[in-house]
Amino acid sequence: MNGHSILKYVFFDIIRNKWLVIYTAVLFALCSGIIYLSRDETKSIASILNIVLIIVPLVSIIFGSMHFYNSKEFIQMLLTQPVKRSAIFKAEYTGIAISLSFGFIIGAVTPLLFTGISKAIFLLLFAGIFLSLIFSAIAFYFSISIDEKVKGIGILLFLWLFFSVLFDGIILLFYLMFSDYPLEKFTIFFTLLNPVDISRIMIILNLDLSALLGYTGATFLKFFGSASGLIITIVSLCLWVIIPVFLANKKFKRKNF
Amino acid sequence: MIKRVFNISLFSLFCFIFSPPALYSGVIYVGGESNIISIRQALETASDGDIIIIKEGIYKEYNLIVSKKLQIIGENYPVIDGDGKDEIFTVRADGCVFKNLVIKNTGISFLKDIAGIKVENCKNVLIENNIFDNTFFAVYLSGTDSCKIISNNVIGSATSESFSGNGIHLWKCRNILIENNQVSGQRDGIYIEFSTYCKINKNFSYKNLRYGLHFMFSEGNSYVKNTFRQNGAGVAVMYTKNIEMINNSFEDNWGPNSYGLLLKDIDKSYISGNSFRRNTTGIYMEGSNGTTINGNSFFSNGWAIKILGNCYEDSVKNNNFLNNTFDVSTNSSQNSNLFDSNYWDKYYGYDLDKDSFGDVPYRPVSLFSTVAENSPDAMLLLRSFLVDLLDVTEKVFPVFIPETLVDNKPQMKMIYYDKN
Repeated sequence: MNGHSILKYVFFDIIRNKWLVIYTAVLFALCSGIIYLSRDETKSIASILNIVLIIVPLVSIIFGSMHFYNSKEFIQMLLTQPVKRSAIFKAEYTGIAISLSFGFIIGAVTPLLFTGISKAIFLLLFAGIFLSLIFSAIAFYFSISIDEKVKGIGILLFLWLFFSVLFDGIILLFYLMFSDYPLEKFTIFFTLLNPVDISRIMIILNLDLSALLGYTGATFLKFFGSASGLIITIVSLCLWVIIPVFLANKKFKRKNF
Repeated sequence: MIKRVFNISLFSLFCFIFSPPALYSGVIYVGGESNIISIRQALETASDGDIIIIKEGIYKEYNLIVSKKLQIIGENYPVIDGDGKDEIFTVRADGCVFKNLVIKNTGISFLKDIAGIKVENCKNVLIENNIFDNTFFAVYLSGTDSCKIISNNVIGSATSESFSGNGIHLWKCRNILIENNQVSGQRDGIYIEFSTYCKINKNFSYKNLRYGLHFMFSEGNSYVKNTFRQNGAGVAVMYTKNIEMINNSFEDNWGPNSYGLLLKDIDKSYISGNSFRRNTTGIYMEGSNGTTINGNSFFSNGWAIKILGNCYEDSVKNNNFLNNTFDVSTNSSQNSNLFDSNYWDKYYGYDLDKDSFGDVPYRPVSLFSTVAENSPDAMLLLRSFLVDLLDVTEKVFPVFIPETLVDNKPQMKMIYYDKN
């Protein structure tokens, strides 16, 4: 048995999972509903963006950790075989990541393709896939480190809340407290610490909505619109995938099952 | 020769019938087969009341001073090319007429305002059907009275504000009619300073660097049925009172610092029947008092109306607000303006007594827009989940948004106006 056949097994196991199908179906229904109801393409992309930023991380976190906890016995069984631990980890993570990304592409991006192809749709696809990868990696890290299912999921739910709501709250507080100071550079750095914010700003700046951001938007557009800004964005999103995956892999190798 | 005499006499007869009886007018031809080959020569030989007809061709002339009452009329659009040297026509006589000319390439100066046609201190000048191509200022009226600027096409090639002039520029004028002109690529499309009782109708001002139409210290003017598209800002009305703005359309003035209509320190003006589409800010009001905004449509703007705390006694009635990111925003927690009987697409109230007005008041200001008004950096949180949550809670229990900025009679259905 090698890593490749484990991946195949995990992938087909997940695809048969009814929750993934429901996730895809709900995304599809919501997105096509929004497109159908709103007349303005920009506005429909902006609304879908909201859904993507909330639902994708949440589902990735819950689905990732549930999958890990549920297949613990299977993993233990695999560990008795002559297979490298990292191969098992890679197979599990890749299986989850690929299936969540597929779910997202089919659910959210296909309805958008009917409205036409634009840069914003491409970025939405890009952001959704990255968010799936990042949050399933985070889910893996915590479910490997914490044996108790309830505690693990609890912490992960808090993390989701933190990244999608509380983080912005902290930024808003900063703005209100230090509104007299120039905060542009600080904000650029600060948003890079939150993958949800990176995705949101990246897409908004590429929609027509960017003009609403006024002066701040102009400085941001200069940063995110430039080649170096784009590279920094992509690099930071990649780091957001690589670091949790690396840490989770390390944890997995040393874990005493 | 006989034919020519006949022509002239026919023309004289014509002029005799249609002009004041005391005037005798001759016709002078320039270019073509005529032995007068330059406009300057024609201006020198002409006497009061003459008609100068310029034949088709290119005339490299500038600094032409018109100090007699003349009608200068082009045949098949002759081109008068200033070669980037200086001003082309300077008019200092009453009752002159300029028709069917192409006026091209004036100089650019930082010391004086060089124009395609400059009219100084006189009356009843008509400028009609001309094309101004790459002029610093196209038409410049200074201290004039009762002039008409009709159906001209101004095509500028401005690239920066400091290196460009205005399309149609009025300075200390009265009773000017500006109608059916097209102006693009200038600093301001139409600029009006210290001028009164001017009428600006049916013009199309687009892609100008700063404003489509700009009023400074000019009271009692009106502009009707104009279109302002893709300018830095559509129209700016500053330090003025009694301006009528009716049935204009403000479109696509979109950019980080753009407005459809910018009102600064203006009093008692009337804004009605206009449509504001896809502007970053539909109307921006600063220090505006006693202004009526009635029966306008705001579609797909970033902010439909930004009304700052120093605006008093303005009324916003019977307008349609549809598909705007923010309907109204303000930087103050006080409000002394009236919002009444508007249609808001974000209104979710009900109408139990079926009087077509919602029974629950509508608050058009969202918490987030107030926050963003006070610290603009916070706009970065646009479309964040947190912001939506805050807006919902604030709508239920208003704490920060101005208590009195509320529409007590929101319309249930969109208002349809009679567009005539």
